[in-house]
Formats: sequence, C-alpha cells, structure tokens
Amino acid sequence: MHRTRILDHAVLILGALFLTLPVVVAFMTSTHEAAEIHSKGLMLSPGGHFVETYETVLTRQGGFTGQVTGARMMMNSFILGIGFAVGKIVLSMLAAYAIVYFRFRFATLAFWVIFTTLLLPLEVRIMPSYEVMSGLGLINSYTGLIVPLLASATGTFYFRQFFKSVPEELLEAARIDGAGPFKFFIDVLVPLSKTMIAAIFIIMFVYGWNQYLWPMLMTTDERFFTLMRGIKQILQVWIGSQIPDYNEAFALAVLAMLPPVLIVVIFQSWFIKGLTESDK
Amino acid sequence: MATIEIDKVSKIYHGNVPAVSEVDIRIADGEFIVLVGPSGCGKSTLLRMVAGLETISSGTVRIGDRIVNDVEPADRDIAMVFQNYALYPHMTVRENLAYGLKNRRTPKPEIEARVAEAARMLELGPYLDRKPRALSGGQRQRVAMGRAIVRQPSAFLFDEPLSNLDAKLRVSMRGEIKRLQRRVGTTSLYVTHDQLEAMTLADRLVVLNGGRIEQIGRPLDVYHAPASTFVASFIGSPAMNLVQGELHGSKLAIGPALIDLGKAVPTQGAVTVGFRAEDLQAAAPGGTAAEGGSMPLRVDYVEELGSQRLVHGMVGDQAVTVALSSDATLRGEMPVTIPIGRLHFFDAESGRRLPWSSAEPHRTATAPDLLETAR
Amino acid sequence: MKRVQFSSPLLPYLFLAPQLAVIVIFFYWPSVRAIQSSFYLEDPFGFGSTFVGFDNYLGVLLSPEYLSIARFTAIFTATVTFFSLALGLLLAVKADAVIRGNAAYKTLLISVYAIAPPVAGLIGMMFFDQHIGPFVKIAAFLGWDMKVGLSYFDTAFAMIFVAVWKQIPYNFIFFLSGLQALPASVREAAAIDCRSGIKRFWTVIFPLLAPTAFFLLIINVTYALFDTFGVIDVMVKDKAANNPITLVYKVYMDGFRGNDIGGSSAQSVILMIVVFVLTVLQFRFIERRIHYT
Repeated sequence: MHRTRILDHAVLILGALFLTLPVVVAFMTSTHEAAEIHSKGLMLSPGGHFVETYETVLTRQGGFTGQVTGARMMMNSFILGIGFAVGKIVLSMLAAYAIVYFRFRFATLAFWVIFTTLLLPLEVRIMPSYEVMSGLGLINSYTGLIVPLLASATGTFYFRQFFKSVPEELLEAARIDGAGPFKFFIDVLVPLSKTMIAAIFIIMFVYGWNQYLWPMLMTTDERFFTLMRGIKQILQVWIGSQIPDYNEAFALAVLAMLPPVLIVVIFQSWFIKGLTESDK
Repeated sequence: MATIEIDKVSKIYHGNVPAVSEVDIRIADGEFIVLVGPSGCGKSTLLRMVAGLETISSGTVRIGDRIVNDVEPADRDIAMVFQNYALYPHMTVRENLAYGLKNRRTPKPEIEARVAEAARMLELGPYLDRKPRALSGGQRQRVAMGRAIVRQPSAFLFDEPLSNLDAKLRVSMRGEIKRLQRRVGTTSLYVTHDQLEAMTLADRLVVLNGGRIEQIGRPLDVYHAPASTFVASFIGSPAMNLVQGELHGSKLAIGPALIDLGKAVPTQGAVTVGFRAEDLQAAAPGGTAAEGGSMPLRVDYVEELGSQRLVHGMVGDQAVTVALSSDATLRGEMPVTIPIGRLHFFDAESGRRLPWSSAEPHRTATAPDLLETAR
Repeated sequence: MKRVQFSSPLLPYLFLAPQLAVIVIFFYWPSVRAIQSSFYLEDPFGFGSTFVGFDNYLGVLLSPEYLSIARFTAIFTATVTFFSLALGLLLAVKADAVIRGNAAYKTLLISVYAIAPPVAGLIGMMFFDQHIGPFVKIAAFLGWDMKVGLSYFDTAFAMIFVAVWKQIPYNFIFFLSGLQALPASVREAAAIDCRSGIKRFWTVIFPLLAPTAFFLLIINVTYALFDTFGVIDVMVKDKAANNPITLVYKVYMDGFRGNDIGGSSAQSVILMIVVFVLTVLQFRFIERRIHYT
C-alpha cells in the first residue's frame, strides 16, 4: 500500500513538471538578455532584466507601421475575450429562453438551425468567410472581429439544458405573482443562472482570448492585432536576424497566456463545473 | 372572498381520453374543499385549470361572479401553494413574500405591512432576511403559505402542499393550514392523494377517479355512505372490506356464512358487500350472534398497532380484515360478527351504491343543500 | 419542453433573431459560397469563372500531395489522440488515488489548459530550437541529430509533442471528474471482489469510464484535426515546403497563399463532411449517455 502511494506521487510530480515546467522556463528565460540566452540556452532561474524586457514589449511601437504596442495588443485581446464571452452568453440565453419557455411553431426548426453551426467550424469555411466579411466591409473592425463568432450552439444547448431543469412551478408561481415574459426572465431566470453564467463566461473568455485564425484573417491593420496575432508577427520578424529576440518572444508568450491561465486557476471549480457539465 | 363555480369542465389533451370530464363543483364563500383521488385522477389538472395554468377544453370556471376561462393567472385574484413550494431561490423570504405585490404595484408601506402581518401569523419574523435554502422544510412550507396570504386573494389553491414533508411535520402543518384558513376565511381548493389529509381538512370532499367525480360530501358522510366501491376502498384506513355476496330474499350469503338481514332487499342475486374493519367484532366464545350475522374467519396474520390489532384472514376464499381491541383473544379460526346496520351494498357490475335504508344511519346531504346552508 | 409556456406571436422570434442572424450571415452564407465555388474554376486574374462540375474534387483527391497530407493528418490525429488520452487518464487515475496534495496536483495539472495553441507552438519552437532548445541537446546526447523545421520527421515529432502537451489538461479534467462521479459503493464492492488494483481498474473502473472516454475520443479527434491549426501555423512559419501539415492547414494555404479558390473550396466541403460524421457520432453517443444515466 505504502509503496504504491509513493509511485502515485512520483507519476503526478513528473506529470506536473512536464506540463508546467515549459511555462516556468518561458517566464524565467524572458527575464534574461537575448545574447545571454543565445549563448547559454533556456533558463531556469530569474535574470535581472524583467522590467526592461516587459516594458519594451508592452510599450515599444512595433510592427511594420509602428502603430502597435504590446499593451495595445493586450487591450485588443481583452476586448475580444470579453466581447466574445458576453455576446455569446446574451445571444445563447435569449435563444434558449425562446426555445424552452415559448410555444411557437418554429421552435424545433430554430433549434436545428442553431445545431448546424456545429457542423460548420471556421476552419472549413475560411476563404468564403473572408470574402463575405470583406464584402460587408467588416475587415479591420471590432464588429468584424467579434460578432461573427457569437453564434453558439454549445452555449445555447447549455442554457437550454439548465432552463429545462428549473422547476416548472417557479414559472407558474411567477405567473400567479403577475410576472410576464420579460419580468420572469430578468427577475427570476437571470439571477437563478448566475453561477452558470459565471462558469460559461470563464470558458468563453479563455476561448475568445485564444482565438487565432479568425483575428489573423480579419485584421490586417495592426491597430486591431491581438496578442495571438502578435505572436505570429514576432516569429516573422526574427527570421533572418542574427540573434533573435528570444527574450521578447518569451515575454509576449507569457503575456498572452497569463490572463487565461490565471482565470482558470483562480476560478478552478466554476471552470471545471462549466466545462464538464456543458460537455464542450 | 368569493365563490368558485366549476361548471361542466373538461380537459382533453390532444385527442386523448379526457383527463377531466364534465366536472361540476360549486364552492361556497369561505368553504374548504379538498379534491382527493389516486394519482392520475385529474385532481391536479382541475386545480390548475382553476388557477389558469392549464387551458380549459370545455365548460366554465367562475370565480366570484366573473367567468375566468380566458383570464391570466395573475388576474384571477387567486394564490397558489405548490408541492415543491416554488420559492424563488435567489430571493430572501421577505422578497419572496413581496414579489407578487410589487408586480401589482401595491404601495410600499402596504407591502411592508402585509409582509409583517403574514410573518407574524406564520411566525416567520426571524427568517425574513434568509434565503429559502437556509430554511427547514416546514419553514419553507410556511413561506409558501405566507406568499399566498399576503396577496389577500379571493381563493387559495393548494397543490399537494404537504407531500414533501416528513410524517410528523405533515400532521402539525395540517393543523396549521386548517387554523389559518379558519382565521382568514378564504375560500380554498386543496388537492391531495392522502385520504387522511382530505378527511381532516375538508369542509367537503370531492373524490375523483378517472377524471370524473365519484362523490361530493362532508367527510363523515362520505365515510359512512360511500357512493361507490371506489370511494369505499379509497376513504378510510384500513380500506373497507369488499367481498362478493349473494342476496336471496332477506338472506345474505358470504362464502360459507349466511346472514339474516331481517327484511327483504330490493336487489337480488350477486352484490358486492362492504363493511369496515372496525365495525366487525369478535363473537363471544360459545355465545350466539344476537344481532347481525356471524362469519367464520381463518386468521392469516396479525398487525399490532398498539391501540388496536388488525387481524387479516379469510372468509371462505375472500380476504377480510378485522380491527380488534388490543386485548381481544385470538384463535386460528374465529367467528366474527357484523351489525346489520353497518353493511353496505354495491352493484356487482357498476360498483355504485345500492339504496338500503337500514345501512344509512347518517343521511347524506346533497351538494346543492350544503351550498344553500352555507349561503 | 415545459408544461406551461408563454404564448406570444412575436417575442420568441425577437429573442432568437440575433443568434439566427449571425448564423445565416456568417455561417450559412459562406458555407453556401464554399459549396458553390467548389464546382467552379476561378480565373486567377479575376475574369469570371467556369463551371467545372466535380473537377475540383477530382483534382484534389487525385493529387499525390493531397493524399500524402491526408495520410499525415491521419497519423497525426491518431498519435495525438492516443497519447493525450492515455497520459490524461494516467494522471487522472493517480490524482484520484492520492489524498495528500490532491488540490495542488489538480491545480498544476489543469493550469496549462488555458494556453492557446499558437502560444504552445511558440514555446515548443523554443524547446526544439537549433541553438537554444534543450530537447535538441537531449536528442543529440542520444545520437539523434534533430533538425526541427528542416527534417520532415523531426518537425512532425515536435508538432505531435506540442499538440499532446497542450491537450493533456483537458483530458485530465474530464477523466478526473468522471472518476469522481463513480459511486463509492461500486469501488468498495470491487475492492472486496478483486485483489489486484490493475485488474480492478480494467475490469470495473475503466468500463464505467467508457462513456467519458468515448466522448473525449471524439473531442480529441476534432482537436487534432482543427484546433491544432495555431500550433502548426507557428511551427512551420509559413514555410510548408518540406514540412508536415494537416488538411485544415492546406485549405488555408491554398486559399490564401495559392489563390486556388476552387480547390480550396472543394477541400472545405470535404472537411465539412468529416465534421458532419464526427458530430453525428458525438450526438448519437450523447443521446445514449442521457439514456443510460
């Protein structure tokens, strides 16, 4: 019994190291100078250049047009993450409310239309999406960056499932108490869904923050670049340079992963609940 | 305060057999009516039609002097207490009580006064700022009652409000509901599947079966003169013994036993005979059955209830239960006697009660009579 | 649906409108365009297009390059799925077994879940870098002259490695919550009936975990096919010449770099069919799970 325990811990420690060590190394290395990294390799201990490196990455006007800074990209990532999460929650709650709480002819059809979005991930309609977006003049705009991503079959199914589990008597009691469709939604359903909304928000924020392909297609103007887009940029810049700016690349990576990682770690229990109960 | 008139009301779901068919009930102002029956008998559907939560397929429901068929639940001036209480989990007790009043734009001071009054009546004062999940089952039940009371509606509708409570609490809440209803004097319609609850609470009972009314009457009248074998077996515990018998002139044959009824019965031939376990007595050993008939009972097993013992056995090939005092002596085979006046006869086919004057010591009041006296 | 519902002629449509509008404009319209242009040959200089029937599909399916990319995609998907599931399960079983430090392990193991694929790709690139990468040094020590970015096999190895690393936390979370949802009484009964822990796992615990595993299988296949785009894009740095890429990446390259609209659209439609099959599988399974529990 005792021996298996030690083995269990050994496996877990190895696993934790395997998963987290690269992140730690990325951070440690980002605090050294590029030349030092170039000669000595990756670092496991902090160097003395944390402040300079991160200041440079956040404030230096980079890119071809010199219009984008790390801070700007970070702000764009936040806008995308929050807009994405809030928009998805609002749209899918409204749709689920209509489907569950109203009697109307096309309820099933609406449900299936929303379902079909699962069949059409962005990756299979890259080119035509780009054409449609440029036809609508939405390239290089926050609207274009966020709105097309807001349809959410999983979000809608999740809220639908949750609404269905709300006891019927609550609606009946509310009707006897004189609450109409709007009042019931605002006074009863939304407050009841608070925990669910929080869980979905966390998942969707991370998902939105991490969007890569869509921002890459939709933004050519560097003012709209997100951190994910910046990562591609930094890699393109360093091809051909003598000593690549390893430290800055790592710093950018750390900035790009810090907010979502923190959110997941801090709101762990909500996040796991939301993830495993929504099934995607 | 208001009367409720349910007139030929039916509910049919998508062309299926009717869940409720042609039900007529007239409820007097301030009366406490209990709808009782097994699950699926249509009692909840009927209540929900009165509440406006279910559409009425045909017939009319009148609350006060207004036909409410097409009136929204919120505008029917009723309050409802649900089986699972349906408290808003995110609101405090106070907010739960006030929500309906707020939606009707009741002035704030009046809301506060009414909430305070209800809280006092139900002893909810200390819990007003708690959320429902911090309350016990009994307290939640009280909040649900309070939510109904603050509305000062013209009728209370109760949908099995006690069935989520444990047995002991159920008894005490039962008393509380009765007391409260007496105090505020609001017309009440109460649904339950528990015959004991129905007996203890009701001014009048409505026994439902398969969407139809089997009997309407005061609890004791229903108990003493069940209108059908269904009512006989549903009301009273243990259930009334129902056995097959034969009538020949003034003689009744039940298996091996032959009972002299003393006078001829209008019906002849096969009947269903009913008698309550508590009306049977152990015949004195060696003595003769002075009044009434005697039947030989083969005892199978005995249930001790403390105050009495239930003896289960067979008369011929038919099961019979006898309630005896706990000091009665038991034998494997014992004669039991039944007073003639406590026998009930039912049609062997339809199960309807057969008129037989001497079996009806309590005259049954008919529903319209009662409505008259109540008015 | 609910026993009691609101009935209003307009409100439900009003509530559905925003979502349906997004779907029609940004999902249906582009998809229809994709299907449409997969049957046309577009003039590269913008002088109209000609209907060519299934020529684009034939062109795609008969091209040796496409077939070799398809083969790599299959191998990549199978390998990534297998290793990330196996390691996720192993860690979940161990985390479920220990009591001390349970919460700390859990936090550490799920923390990298939120890292985006391109960021994972970037970090991976550094670890496999010719100059500074520790993995290259370890490989050299073992006599393996690793040249990620130049050697097809080495790049594939690095990509799979990074893709697995990124996906383990996801599988870990699901397996762990699956394990913790198993009734304690079943485990206790198994402990009484069977002495060997390993045998107990494969005969009692794993079969009970099978629904979770099957669900994850499909999710992981989807991940490997589509969500690894960021990893691949960062790791091949737009130089796909000698490097392994997946079908999704090929759609992107042909459409944006090669300007082959017809061919790219035909590939899109082929992928839609793949997604369709995967989704049907997933939903049939979810239905079953709802049925059984």
